[in-house]
Amino acid sequence: MKIVLLALAILAGGCASVQNPDPRDPLESFNRAVYNFNDGFDKALAKPVATAYKDVLPNPVRNGVRNFFSNIADLFIGANNLLQGKAEEALTDWMRFAVNTTFGVVGIADWATDMGLDKHNEDFGQTFGRWGASSGAYVVLPFLGPSTARDSVGTVFDLHFDPVGNHYPVDERNAAIVLRVTSQRADLLDASRLLEQAALDPYLFVRDAYLQRRRSLIYDGRPPRESQEN
Amino acid sequence: MLRGIELALGGIALLAVTTLARAAGADTPPDVLVKDVTLEVVHIIRSDKDIQSGDRRKIVGLIEAKVLPHFDFTSMTATAVGLSWRKATPEQKQRLTEEFRTLLVRTYASALSAYSDQRFDFRPLHARPSDTDVLVQVRIVQSGTQPVSIDYGMEKTASGWKAYDVTVGGVSLVANYRTEFGSIIRSEGIDGLIRNLHAKNESLAQSRQQGKK
Repeated sequence: MKIVLLALAILAGGCASVQNPDPRDPLESFNRAVYNFNDGFDKALAKPVATAYKDVLPNPVRNGVRNFFSNIADLFIGANNLLQGKAEEALTDWMRFAVNTTFGVVGIADWATDMGLDKHNEDFGQTFGRWGASSGAYVVLPFLGPSTARDSVGTVFDLHFDPVGNHYPVDERNAAIVLRVTSQRADLLDASRLLEQAALDPYLFVRDAYLQRRRSLIYDGRPPRESQEN
Repeated sequence: MLRGIELALGGIALLAVTTLARAAGADTPPDVLVKDVTLEVVHIIRSDKDIQSGDRRKIVGLIEAKVLPHFDFTSMTATAVGLSWRKATPEQKQRLTEEFRTLLVRTYASALSAYSDQRFDFRPLHARPSDTDVLVQVRIVQSGTQPVSIDYGMEKTASGWKAYDVTVGGVSLVANYRTEFGSIIRSEGIDGLIRNLHAKNESLAQSRQQGKK
């Protein structure tokens, strides 16, 4: 933790001020520094590990790992859907959990998707957004990446209620967290390669994609039309 | 009465060219067009050994032949550039469109080469027959993850339906480039944006050459 704080202090010291800041991103110079720090960490450790994971393990094994963690998350996603007043979606999430835990052997196979029970994407940041909280300033969190003021608070709740994070003994928990992060990073390898190709300024590209994506997620893919800005 | 004759003549003419037009995509409904093109491209990728082993030139050729004719790049570029588009000279507009088009084709080619057996779910079109601007929705379904939505904003033109934006997982491609382009235009002007796009395309072409060995 001390190292993180120290790194942040150094980063903050090295910030240059930004001309014409975007109103959604008042902390741009600080965020850019954290973005570069995360990118360095990713290039040095996360990406090579995820690439090795993808190269070594065959597809069915990786699918099993992804499905296993996805199944645990469905419990939590259902709870968030319920908090958002979407009882039908919550029921779907818990049915997915029931089907996959039993027939899918502790969630390794995702039979529920084949049965037409769609997977949802929910978290506390989205729940707060649904309740009317606006996103607040864009922030890049160390290691965790793009977020907003609202979504950062959501992340604190997400981590607090995360079933994997609450699993004991500690060494099993840590191993599970590392495996989950590796699996998620491996799934993003294609996307991050696309980003490198498509973006002129990856920081801006990621920021705008994150903000658009979160807005779409809060409205479950049907966001109302935005008033025409600039 | 005159309207009736016009309609009848129009009907006959329509019948006569329907087969041709369908093949050319001129009168195909937008959702059918998206489905046909998607399935055809996926079929070619699956059956072509060269593409599977990563032959980038062939993928780009496939996109140029099958996909590009259904996109309106001028409109995409104009929206991405935003208000400055009106201040650009015709020559600048042309350069911008060409460079942006090259960048999108390259990106699309890498996206396609990452394709592996995901299932497509073509959503029913919610539109009236008289609509000239529609959203065609496709979902990519994969186990253990939320389906990824791909929405094509499409407009009816004289030469058939053309896509003017693609929204992947709620992220509009054109809207995403808007801020990037805006920030470059503010600091370096329109010619600066053309230079940046050109440099980006050059560096992509170069890294691809090196990758080929």
